[in-house]
Amino acid sequence: MSSTTEQPARDGVGDPEISLAPVTVASPGGLRARFAAIGAQDAALFDVPGPRGRQRIRIATVVSIVVLAVMLAAGVRQFAVNGQLEWSKWQLFTQWPVIRYLLNALWATLQVTLISGAIALPLGALLALARLSRSPLLSRPATLFVEVLRAVPLLLLIYALLLGLPSTGIRIPLFWLLIIPIVLTNAAVLAEIFRAAVKALPRGQTEAAYALGLGYWPAMRLVVLPQAVRLAAPALISQIIRLLKDSTLGYVVSYLELLYSARVLGEFNHTVIQSFVVVAAVFIVANLTLAALAGQVERRIGGAGGRA
Amino acid sequence: MDVIAGNLDVFGQGLLISIQISVSTFVLAGGLGLLLTVCRISPVLPLRLAATAYVELVRSIPLLVLLILFVFGLPEIGLVGPLLGTAVVAMSLYWATFFSETMRSGVRAVPQGQIEAARALGFTFGQVLRLVVLPQALRTIIQPLASLLIAIVLNSSLAAAVGVTQELTGQTQLLDQRYAQPLVTFGAAAICYVAMAFIIGRSAGYLDRRLAVQR
Repeated sequence: MSSTTEQPARDGVGDPEISLAPVTVASPGGLRARFAAIGAQDAALFDVPGPRGRQRIRIATVVSIVVLAVMLAAGVRQFAVNGQLEWSKWQLFTQWPVIRYLLNALWATLQVTLISGAIALPLGALLALARLSRSPLLSRPATLFVEVLRAVPLLLLIYALLLGLPSTGIRIPLFWLLIIPIVLTNAAVLAEIFRAAVKALPRGQTEAAYALGLGYWPAMRLVVLPQAVRLAAPALISQIIRLLKDSTLGYVVSYLELLYSARVLGEFNHTVIQSFVVVAAVFIVANLTLAALAGQVERRIGGAGGRA
Repeated sequence: MDVIAGNLDVFGQGLLISIQISVSTFVLAGGLGLLLTVCRISPVLPLRLAATAYVELVRSIPLLVLLILFVFGLPEIGLVGPLLGTAVVAMSLYWATFFSETMRSGVRAVPQGQIEAARALGFTFGQVLRLVVLPQALRTIIQPLASLLIAIVLNSSLAAAVGVTQELTGQTQLLDQRYAQPLVTFGAAAICYVAMAFIIGRSAGYLDRRLAVQR
């Protein structure tokens, strides 16, 4: 499992073999059953509750609803008491100029994500190939690069570039001040994902390729890589989605992506908390949308990947 | 190099604060993550829904957004706390979601037959968890937890972006402003981070080998 700059890869993605069919919610249809099925994969931990157990579950249900409602009410009250729920403070976000401003910022965020992803992906693949190569001239530096950059905070790299470059007399646009560190750290993470996939292929695949008379690189290109890419696809995609979060560091270099735009908007209109709440919501929507898209892609290529 | 030699105490102090932030985040997030996990596997529907919604939503918010929302947003609704504490709370709320995912994967890695066998022997829910599931689940998640800790250490640097300048990245930035030797100062800080990640990774590998479940 690779240690990433942002978070460790999601472990054990579902493990379909041990999805424990819940005994209590047998019928698939119905909203109630659908709700009940959320998180019910772990239901095999307990027996089907008897009359007393059901009674206890009912009491716990009522109590938990009350507790959750109190927590929610306390939060809303805290907003209301401090006058942050007033319509004048939220009305801003229904006005087209503000919406357009935020949409532009969202586009900037997506640009950072897509461009750094487009550069980091092939770079990561090259790094993985270099690290896997038999020549120490290639593998040593690649290993050093990957291991160091996986263990250095993105923010430190950004500061180093932001504060270090001017003293060398090199001037680059803000956009690239943000992209370069993101690409460097993520290329290292992606390289490890590629490498793990290549390592996970059965040895027989390469051996068979050699037995057929293929050399190292032809075997790599024709046999190993096509399978490895499929195997790595889910992890690669979720890492690319993580780039979306890295893009918020544009805040540090004052690049007008979503987060920094929210700050500017909030300070200008005295709607600090509202702006950040709205931006957090936008990030949630963007992330969940991308994750859903990724799920579709995974299902498309999933069948072939599973066989490898 | 004189910059490093002359400011060893500054680096040491920064390193110490970074470690403090990381460890308290790890502990707090671990506790909250455990609570979330218990809610998610409990038979009580509202708890399951609330915990699942929490994990899905909070995990989707970038950490820096959450930090800024807490540090600059909470005072607006009358909640003012110490800067460092606020940052640690925001980080804990964020990392708890990852803890919860990791713990759940650990519980799922325990073969179902083990749980069924325990139940067939008449173990209660608590006994099943305590004697059968957790000992095995914990061993399978040593490596993922170590990755999580490394991620927490690296991302503790984000505290510097919201004004916690006492920690390693913040101190490095200040030193750079004073001495204008970016290569040396940032290089030294990078070495500190790499060393921390290395130590965590190695210890986890050692623990993993010692405690691995023979199947």
